[in-house]
Amino acid sequence: MPIHSPKTVDVEAGMAVLKQSVTKLTNILEGLPEMPFNTMEYMLLCTYVVSTDSFSLSLLSFLRLMMDLLLSTIYDFCTMKTPNDLSEQLYAEYKKSLMDYLHSTVLPSLRSKNDEYMLKELVRRWLNYKVMVRWLSRFFHYLDRYFVKKKALLPLKEAGITCFRDLVYEEMKGKIKDAVISLIYQEREGSQIDRPLLNNVVEIFIQIGLGSKQYYEVDLEAPLLQDTAAYYSRKASKWILEDSCPEYMLKAEERLKQEKDRVDHYLDHTTKQKLIENVEHQLLSVNEIQLLEKENSGLIALLRDGKVDDLERLYRLFSRIPEGLTHVSQLFTQHVKAEGTALVSQAENAASSKRAEKRDATDSPQLVLIRRIIELHDKYMGYVQENFQNHTLLNKALKEAFEVFCNKSVAGSSSAEMLASFCDNVLRKAGSEKLSDEEIDTTLEKAMKLLSYINDKDLFAEFSRKKLARRLLFDRYANEDHERLILTYLKQQCGGQFSSKMEGMVTDLTLAKENQSCFEDYLYANPHAHPGTELSVSVLTTGFWPSYKSSDLTLPDEMIKCIEAYKKFYESSTKNRKLSWIYSLGTCNINAKFDAKSIELTVATYQAAVLLLFNSADRLSYAEIKAQLNLTDEDMVRVLHSLSCARYKILKKAPMTDTVSPNDIFEFNSKFTDKMRRIKVPLPPVDENKKVIEDVNKDRRYAIDAYIVRIMKSRKALGHQQLVLECIQQLSRIFKPDVKLIKQRIEDLITREFLERDGEDPNVYKYIA
Amino acid sequence: MRRSSTRKTGSALPVNPSSGSSDAYRSASSKAVSKEVERIDNLFYAYADASSGLIDPEGIESFCSDLEVDYTDVRILMLAWKMKAEKQGYFTLEEWRRGLKALHADTISKLKKSLSELEKEVARPTNFSDFYSYSFRYCLTEDKQKCIDIESACELLDLVLGFQFRPQVDKLVEYLKHQRDYKVINMDQWTSFLRFCNEINFLSLDNYDAELAWPLILDNFVEWIREKQS
Repeated sequence: MPIHSPKTVDVEAGMAVLKQSVTKLTNILEGLPEMPFNTMEYMLLCTYVVSTDSFSLSLLSFLRLMMDLLLSTIYDFCTMKTPNDLSEQLYAEYKKSLMDYLHSTVLPSLRSKNDEYMLKELVRRWLNYKVMVRWLSRFFHYLDRYFVKKKALLPLKEAGITCFRDLVYEEMKGKIKDAVISLIYQEREGSQIDRPLLNNVVEIFIQIGLGSKQYYEVDLEAPLLQDTAAYYSRKASKWILEDSCPEYMLKAEERLKQEKDRVDHYLDHTTKQKLIENVEHQLLSVNEIQLLEKENSGLIALLRDGKVDDLERLYRLFSRIPEGLTHVSQLFTQHVKAEGTALVSQAENAASSKRAEKRDATDSPQLVLIRRIIELHDKYMGYVQENFQNHTLLNKALKEAFEVFCNKSVAGSSSAEMLASFCDNVLRKAGSEKLSDEEIDTTLEKAMKLLSYINDKDLFAEFSRKKLARRLLFDRYANEDHERLILTYLKQQCGGQFSSKMEGMVTDLTLAKENQSCFEDYLYANPHAHPGTELSVSVLTTGFWPSYKSSDLTLPDEMIKCIEAYKKFYESSTKNRKLSWIYSLGTCNINAKFDAKSIELTVATYQAAVLLLFNSADRLSYAEIKAQLNLTDEDMVRVLHSLSCARYKILKKAPMTDTVSPNDIFEFNSKFTDKMRRIKVPLPPVDENKKVIEDVNKDRRYAIDAYIVRIMKSRKALGHQQLVLECIQQLSRIFKPDVKLIKQRIEDLITREFLERDGEDPNVYKYIA
Repeated sequence: MRRSSTRKTGSALPVNPSSGSSDAYRSASSKAVSKEVERIDNLFYAYADASSGLIDPEGIESFCSDLEVDYTDVRILMLAWKMKAEKQGYFTLEEWRRGLKALHADTISKLKKSLSELEKEVARPTNFSDFYSYSFRYCLTEDKQKCIDIESACELLDLVLGFQFRPQVDKLVEYLKHQRDYKVINMDQWTSFLRFCNEINFLSLDNYDAELAWPLILDNFVEWIREKQS
């Protein structure tokens, strides 16, 4: 292949052509009127432009013409034999051309303008300059191929940008930044500004970095952030004094939206997070506490007045900042706690003022309190779930608050007892038209939610069990579906240990009905076995039901016959079972022949036993009755009071005082009458509360013992504090054990030689296998 | 009897020809030893009751008067400890021998002199906690008894700890007599009293932490003191 012999190049001529071309190019560019930017960009990108614009046509045609000549000239220069190789000179010439241009034309024009005009000029000049660089680089392109790489210099385009940066940018950057910030300020204050202009200015900051954003970040972004902080700090200080909480929040939300918009339109996307965080800090973090605690419009007022939109906005705003919801939760807890505690005090006051009057069970302060607490729970749970997106912090805050006042007692009734009474009350209404089935179910569900806040769950369970017994046996108010529903909730909260017993109780009664029909069949088949009185018996499984003292009541003959008859039947059908008769739970229907008319009385067995005595005597003294029936004084007073001093005076008492004393004489009240043919003479139950609490405490001791042994058996050795903690944690589903009680049980277990102290460390216990 | 037994054992062992002199020495020292044992035994029989073969409370009383020490004195308890006596109020021959031999005392006067040494020995921390536990067990007179009543516990505390920890003992005794929660003290609580005296600053109680495993009785005691102070 023939080698091109380098022809001798006329350097001077070549350089002259070059300089001429540059000048011409410059002039053309200068002469161009203000072109719309996109046309300029277009020119930069395409070699062949389809344009009707005469200027661009002229520029392009010139350039095309010069192109070949220039390219070959430069090629020649570069391929000359070294040391004649003019590459270095050319490179310098390239840069010099650009710098001359900048010095002579660009800088002066920029210096002469200010503010927005300056910015506009800057953008024009920049785009202009980039065209220049592009074309010049194409002329000098051969340098890029070898020389630049050989000498590890900046490629032509980049070198061109650096010239602009060093000459123009470095001098003007302060003014540019100020102008930009000033425009932004105006926009923030409500004016419309030239957004595309700003977009282009920001582009310059970025492109000037040649791949790195450091110039943008240092020279524009940082001052902008500072200015933003100052701006919003001023705004926040003003608003916090003048505006209510909702107003402030609206403004804040609006501003945050604007700033996001701003970034999307003309700032670099990397600025977004920094800017937004900056604004959030100034508007939300700095004033958070003051804002939330505003007297009549802060969080507490919003909660009280149910301003859901504002609450949602509050949540949205404060969940954006770190730790933003902490103070919100704290205030939330504080407020709910205050509301709940106020309800408890109200109930306490009502209870003490009502002590003189008779208490109507359905409207007792305790029942009203539970109802109100349920309403409170609905309201604030609603906020948490619907307006606060069920956030964990808020959920926790609610729980904390409720746990405080849901464990307070009113007039001696513990919260566990109050809740049990409330549920009992609801379940009794199952038969009546007062509440529909659905209402009952929802009310029960809500009431059981409160159970999760109560510490003494085992106490609640025991009270419930006692009341269930009464419902099942005495009052016949039990609807099986509702009863089983509440037991499901109980099981969810505490596990099966309580609910299984109560389910057994409900089942017992269902079975009892079956058993009763068997008994009736038996009597039908064996008429001689009939005791003469209609008898129905419920056999209860001992473990399920609360424990009852069996009494030594001396039964009247009629009843003895009944017992005997049933015993015979029972023994014929089952073996190896022992029946204990609990007379205190029975009821009787007695026909009483009064002077006016006969009335059927529904009474408790004890009451019936007393009344039947008057079949053989008109008057009996307290002592005589007691001797014949073998009742305790406590029961005597209770029963006789219900028959002689209460609503229905079946017996006359001498003297006619309101209380029963051992010296009283009783007489059948033949003059008694009532418009009804059947009446129920209630016998108020003994106050079992003390016994319930005693039983529960006993069970707790066993439970703690069992858990301690279980824990120690698996761990073999454990420190005191850890043992206590684990114990509390494992029992928390059922009750909150007292630390002292746990210590006591540990000591007891040491005495009983289940545990011992470690010889080295007396704070550690060891399991004795 | 001793002599013959030593001679027997002396002849049964293979005798080193050069051990002739040590043999003599041995028999000489064993003579001395057995003399001591004999004196110890004789001392025992001086106080023991003939029928039971033990020194009973009466015997102890006369023993104490000979020693010129009151029988309620803590040093008698220390002696019992040294003897590892099992039953309060009684010493068996074995126990007697054990104690007096360890003290190298075979006469009353030697015994009297050894008592001060014994006190020092007991006071050493390692021995003291052993002695302290022993004193509790020594009071458990009945079979299977695990606790001692409050009154006796207070007396014992005073006797055993009174010297070293007078202020603690006084306050504790006052409290024990005042409180109603506990009618007896068990071993665990007893042990904790000594630990309390050793570890806890008295009367400030500033390093007492009820969250640790101190028995409840001490928690209540500390609470009682703090209430009185406020």
